[in-house]
Amino acid sequence: MSASPFVRGAAAARKRKVIVITFGGGARDQETFAPEGQENIPHLLQELAPRSSFFTQVVNEGILGHYVATASLATGVYETINNFSSLPPEHPTVFEYFRKDLKRPSSDAWVVAPSNGFNRIGESEYRSFGPGMGARVVLPKHLLTAAMSGSTTDYEHLLRDNYETPLYAPQLAGNEFELQQLETILKLSVDDFKAHASTLSSPDELSMYVARQLMRQEAPSLLWITMHDIDVAHAGAYSLYIEGIRRTDRLCAELWKTVQSEPEYAGNTTLFILPDFGRDSDEDSGGNGFQHHRTGDPASRTTWMMALGAGVREGVVYDHPMQSTDLVPTLGAMMGFSPSLAQGRPIQDLL
Amino acid sequence: MLPRDLKAEQFAGYPPEARRLVVANLATLQQLPLSFVPSLLREAIDYDYKFPAERLVISRELATLSSLSAAQINDWFQGFSQVSISSKLEQSDWVGQPAVFVEQLSAYLWSTHQLDAFRKAATEYGDRSRSAVPPSPPPLPRLGIAIIGQGVVTYDAPLFRNLRAHGTYFDRIKPDGGVEILLKAAAVRAKAHPVPYGHWYIEGGQEADHSPSLTCVSYRALEPVRAALLRNMQSEINRPGMGPEELRTHLAQLMPADLGMDKAGDAVLNRFQVRLLTEGSGTQIFSTTFAQWTAREALRRAQPLTLLVRFGPRQRQRSMNELLSNSNTNLDFDLSGSLLDAEMGAYYNWINQQRLPGSEQSSFIVWFEGHGKALAIGPSLAKGTASNSVADLNEVLSWAIG
Repeated sequence: MSASPFVRGAAAARKRKVIVITFGGGARDQETFAPEGQENIPHLLQELAPRSSFFTQVVNEGILGHYVATASLATGVYETINNFSSLPPEHPTVFEYFRKDLKRPSSDAWVVAPSNGFNRIGESEYRSFGPGMGARVVLPKHLLTAAMSGSTTDYEHLLRDNYETPLYAPQLAGNEFELQQLETILKLSVDDFKAHASTLSSPDELSMYVARQLMRQEAPSLLWITMHDIDVAHAGAYSLYIEGIRRTDRLCAELWKTVQSEPEYAGNTTLFILPDFGRDSDEDSGGNGFQHHRTGDPASRTTWMMALGAGVREGVVYDHPMQSTDLVPTLGAMMGFSPSLAQGRPIQDLL
Repeated sequence: MLPRDLKAEQFAGYPPEARRLVVANLATLQQLPLSFVPSLLREAIDYDYKFPAERLVISRELATLSSLSAAQINDWFQGFSQVSISSKLEQSDWVGQPAVFVEQLSAYLWSTHQLDAFRKAATEYGDRSRSAVPPSPPPLPRLGIAIIGQGVVTYDAPLFRNLRAHGTYFDRIKPDGGVEILLKAAAVRAKAHPVPYGHWYIEGGQEADHSPSLTCVSYRALEPVRAALLRNMQSEINRPGMGPEELRTHLAQLMPADLGMDKAGDAVLNRFQVRLLTEGSGTQIFSTTFAQWTAREALRRAQPLTLLVRFGPRQRQRSMNELLSNSNTNLDFDLSGSLLDAEMGAYYNWINQQRLPGSEQSSFIVWFEGHGKALAIGPSLAKGTASNSVADLNEVLSWAIG
């Protein structure tokens, strides 16, 4: 006898998966979706955009620092924590709402984040949410450092860090906890991990490798990946910024292919891709063009978002403005949890 | 403390000319809001080490403010007055350390969502100030020159894409002796119009022979200073309690002597060079960034009549820790990447030049070093066109200047 529709509905909701990819290194329209930038994003443009609902005006009205902006994206509130401190978000994160409302285990919500500081992104210290209710966080560079036992000479290119403050590059740390993650969760031996890492060319490639491994081994329903290569722009070398955009373009397409090929994800996954904000325009005399995001001008505050996969209309472009803080309420409406403290509104076009 | 409480003796720690300037305008400063005054003091405190063009701008700004009535001050500074300032900031030493205040104010404005209001107030003030006393035109139409692609043997993709709409593209330039021709042209202008810090040669690699009449800043010549700075930074980063903001404050306080610069040298230029390395992001490690940022700062601060920037090859990207430790002396250069960096840098040089007075008469040339491709912008040159004329760079210069 087949199950009732209610049971089937509950099973479907339980199977629904969401992956969010943010670029922790804003990218400007002129280097991405504007006509002159399209050569840098062939995969996003030709493979993913036609399958997506595309939002051309995502406005970030908060602080334009990568950690605090990512925290704002993850809480649905414009956070005001110090961008350069290792602090948890002040408001409950999407992971806490998801786990608490839907009674999900910690293995069902994961964050793959680039660097120091982001280790606190998984959960807030908000009363009634907070410690123990958030996402598990994996920092691939820390994993690699731990696997290398301090000798990282051959892997320096995968450990680039702290672009936003290029003058300050603290030493990365890795420890027993990271090694345990490697072996018990990712099911990778230290030797296999090192061997694969040696074939990669950037920190974001390492992050994507770890994300794919997580998808295979843990299949979390809510997976949040923050990329960081693009933020090399802070060092002022335009070619490296463009190289970062092109790599990110390729990695997003590869992840989408993984979604299609993994049985746990194929057909039931919605993928969101968005930079956390833009970068300064060439015209604003207070900035230095692509290099930073310090002026707060419209170019630095405005970016785009694409959503594709389960439940999303394909090939639709929405030009009306939305806020960065709208993401969490939208995820709540899609997945069936209630982000009660988020300030944004669900994006009706996606529901 | 608020500006209305300012007293002359509080400026005793300022260098002599800065002190004189501020004290002479004390009555004016006392009438202005706290959200504004430290930004002005940040400029004034370095008055003794400013370029002549900057000194003129500060003096004119203070003269304009002094001429305003109380009602006009209220009107001009309404936006700034509406910005709320925390008591912690109010109590900080904003007279003695205005730059630290401005940095902390910026963080405060972001966190209290007042940045946009502040930005609007600043833009309106700038517009009013400029219309009250329009800047004087330069004594000679400005000329900007960018030489890009040093060491690149072949490059077939389109170049100067951002600039093409503004000028004429040449692809049959005779490249022989190009660097010498352009440096000589800069020197001729410097001799004919000997304005202090008026004619610059910025070199992203090893400087070529050039006239002493040009103010020269060179990435290679600053190597010992860069090395001293990187050592200093490494040692600071390893100190307990050090973070990015603390490091930034530390760097802002470094003086030329702290980095081993010659005390007998040009004090104004030495300070300028230290600021390039301590305030510029990436200038310490990438020569292309150094050249672009130096050009931006030279244009913004010194307002040169002639600016020749030759971009050099930058080192390949390595991990930030490795780049900052300066440990690998066998540098591997990224020539094609450097060409793209420089192409964008040249575009930014032109934008920054066009922000200066007299922009409608200014000229600009960018040349792919050793090759036949160049682009020239000038009042008498057609925009968005290409020329197949065979010419040397002297001819292109004469067409651009008109």
